[in-house]
Amino acid sequence: MSGADVTLLTDVLKRATARGATAADGFLIEEQSFSASVRLGQVDTVTHSREQRLALRVFAGRASAAASTSDLSRESLERVVDEATALARVTAEDPHAGLPDAADLVEHVPDLGLEDQEGPEPTPEQKIELARRAEAAALAADPRITNSEGAEYFDRRARYAYATSHGFARGYSTSSFGLTVSPVASTDGEMQRDSWYTYTRRRRALEDVESVGRTAAARALRRLGARKVKTAEVPVIFDPDTAASLLRSLAGAASGPSLYRRASFLLERLGTRVAAPAVTIVDDGLLPGALGSRPFDGEGLATRRTVLVGEGKLESYLLDTYSGRKLALPSTHHASRDGAGVSVGTTNLMLLAGTTPPDELIGSVKNGLYVTELIGFGINGVTGDYSRGAAGLWIEDGRLAFPVEEVTVAGNLLEMFDRIDGIGSDLVLRDRVAAPTLKIARMVVAGD
Amino acid sequence: MTDKIARTRPETFFSDRFNVTPGLMERLLGDSLAGRVDDADIYLEYRINEELVLEENVVKKASRHVSQGAGVRAQSGARTGYAHTDELSLHNLEEAARQARAIADRSGGSGVVAVAGRGRPHDLYTLAEPPIVTELARKLDLMRRIDAACRAADPRIAQVIVSLTSEEVVMLIATATGWTVGDVRPLTRLNVTAIAEEGTKREIGGFGGGGRVPFDFYLEAERWKRFASEAARQATLKLSAVDAPAGAMTVVLGPGWPGILLHEAIGHGLEGDFNRKGVSAFAGRVGQKVASELVTVVDDGTIANRRGSLNVDDEGTPTRRNVLIEKGILRGYMQDRLNARLMGEAPTGNGRRESYAHPPMPRMTNTFMLAGQDDPRDILRSVKHGLYAVNFGGGQVDITSGKFVFSASEAYLIEDGEVTKPVKGATLIGNGPDALTHVSRVGNDLALDEGVGTCGKDGQSVPVGVGLPTIRLDAMTVGGTAI
Repeated sequence: MSGADVTLLTDVLKRATARGATAADGFLIEEQSFSASVRLGQVDTVTHSREQRLALRVFAGRASAAASTSDLSRESLERVVDEATALARVTAEDPHAGLPDAADLVEHVPDLGLEDQEGPEPTPEQKIELARRAEAAALAADPRITNSEGAEYFDRRARYAYATSHGFARGYSTSSFGLTVSPVASTDGEMQRDSWYTYTRRRRALEDVESVGRTAAARALRRLGARKVKTAEVPVIFDPDTAASLLRSLAGAASGPSLYRRASFLLERLGTRVAAPAVTIVDDGLLPGALGSRPFDGEGLATRRTVLVGEGKLESYLLDTYSGRKLALPSTHHASRDGAGVSVGTTNLMLLAGTTPPDELIGSVKNGLYVTELIGFGINGVTGDYSRGAAGLWIEDGRLAFPVEEVTVAGNLLEMFDRIDGIGSDLVLRDRVAAPTLKIARMVVAGD
Repeated sequence: MTDKIARTRPETFFSDRFNVTPGLMERLLGDSLAGRVDDADIYLEYRINEELVLEENVVKKASRHVSQGAGVRAQSGARTGYAHTDELSLHNLEEAARQARAIADRSGGSGVVAVAGRGRPHDLYTLAEPPIVTELARKLDLMRRIDAACRAADPRIAQVIVSLTSEEVVMLIATATGWTVGDVRPLTRLNVTAIAEEGTKREIGGFGGGGRVPFDFYLEAERWKRFASEAARQATLKLSAVDAPAGAMTVVLGPGWPGILLHEAIGHGLEGDFNRKGVSAFAGRVGQKVASELVTVVDDGTIANRRGSLNVDDEGTPTRRNVLIEKGILRGYMQDRLNARLMGEAPTGNGRRESYAHPPMPRMTNTFMLAGQDDPRDILRSVKHGLYAVNFGGGQVDITSGKFVFSASEAYLIEDGEVTKPVKGATLIGNGPDALTHVSRVGNDLALDEGVGTCGKDGQSVPVGVGLPTIRLDAMTVGGTAI
């Protein structure tokens, strides 16, 4: 990151302290992104964007306030500083507010290879062509692929800088590239869509776009003829993408703000068993070139590998400095920063692979549901009660027999993690959160 | 300290502050875009957002965010070129126009400029004192009183979170057809979350409201007290909830926010883009019966001070009241300019975007079902065994298969026509194109929601409203755990 950016930040922090702030930190994002969508072979939408945002947090003793702006002109920045320091004076003292201790700040910022520096940059036409080829492969996969919501290519380059009034000032750059394809399959007046994607930090790591298109087509095709099933309590297998969503819910309950608000089903569960003994969940922010990696957290603390759940036992919460102090625990270095403020966020969150091939997990079920899609928001983070819309395939005598839709799967997250009795060997870190295929001994599937 | 944008006129705001004059916008549209494209526009936006959060009776968060930017769009056939920048400088605007136009140049645009759906904008939310300018001290004082009222409502309330957001957006849009229209949009929302504890049991309840209204809205008829007591009531009620039933059954929805049913079951499926592309379960079904004849549904962006209302949409088209379903028959779709042009229809005032950084899409405003004849008590008495759901969390829909869900956060069993035990939260799932054919009773108690809805589509969030009278659905799948 160029020195100019850090200088801009440190100038802003100086003004804040001159205005009476006892401490302050600032975060600057500059990003450039491009996206192109193609539908039925024709260009649909091409978007170019350039954005920047400076977010400032100021402390007046133990009171704090935040402000941000996308206008980096001198007058605007001065106004932001003045507003934030004025806001801080009206908010109440909070004994836990404040920056992390200077001694805890990261010393050696690792190079995690988050930025693709290989040239040359393809032209917009070449990028559009990737989307076109991916969609064409989906459309050519089967005559029943009759329509498409399109394919989209996107890339994004971002530069971040973070500085504090106690002297920290570092930056880093990232890149990301992705492609999604969403074909529509139909027969006899029934339509089904599905999608598939590839998402990476390096352009060359993008999967073969034709293969992404064919996978998307296969996913849409296998939904044709979907029907409801009778309400029953049965084994439920979550495919890797839907299993990953269960991890997100668990991480939400393990995050500091949910805990100090007493709004979490993991409250007072540290050190106790919260999942089947075969379950280990880690959050590893140091994986080279991974989408969730970062060289330091949103408060300048060193990134780590954290074991969240070790062999079924809750070993750590996910904390930033503030929520840690509230809970009388040290930060776990999970402060996450965006243009608006500080929150708690995971890096690369994974449920570690087991040894059973996914086919064997399916093969072990006489009657049950294989879930490939979940919709809706029926998750209660306080109790863990879980009820979501699902689509997938019915398992009969160990085989995927027919597609299923318009059903719900329901249970309680703590019970669900406790009842995991099969963990697939198929963990692939395709995004920031990943899980292998998971089998849950029983859940209620509601339909007819 | 407050940046007084509230009384400004959007037409002069951007020229005064950023030197982006109407002449400059006209020149960018004229030189760069017109003649080679079917439609083009420049959208300027300036937004101030303030967020206050009170937890444990202490102000946990006080923040203020300013954003500004411009989006330039060129369209040719079904193609859209979109570029946006957050620096309102001549250089950046020219660059954005050049990038947006590149798409049109490649396609050899027809040069036909669409006739804009021009009309008189409404005046739905001019406020003497917009919420963003109200003194912080008054806001914080009310939030502390809400915290106290919520705790006082029940000794089992262990935690209260009160949040108040206030926003002001100034927008100005200039189109290639040579007209410029602006809007100043206030918006506020107050939310109360309560955590109740009893022994080892914990539950959460929430209530809130708002709209394009002044801060004093919360003081009228002691609305704030109702928000506080409702949040407490919902949290404590759930402590004694039994497992929700699982399977298909009769469902009665209460008035107001349960109108999210309409938003998910039919609303998204009637947005013009999905129908133009033929990927909606409702594509090609205008004129067909998609609901019981008791059902009339409208999307109305013209209701004064509502969260989902707009004087003009984000393409400059005045909003209006659009009938989506009339006595069970599908009447039409919701359109932005692109999809209206491609489908040979008129724009309906539903072209919306999250911000300058996003191209517009067809979106809902305030979507609700008109009242029927029945007394809501009679509707409940007509059910032998079923579920009565009166409050909901969010919902979602698969446009193509038509399957939709919405999650009840407050619901009760109906046994022999009586509302009995509260049940735990459960997701309801149905099929959009036939869900409303199961509507067998419609109450006379239409209510709009309190002003809390936010709709997400393609990564863009916009404020919306919903409404419903009490209705009876003869068949709906309830996703509980009690078999």
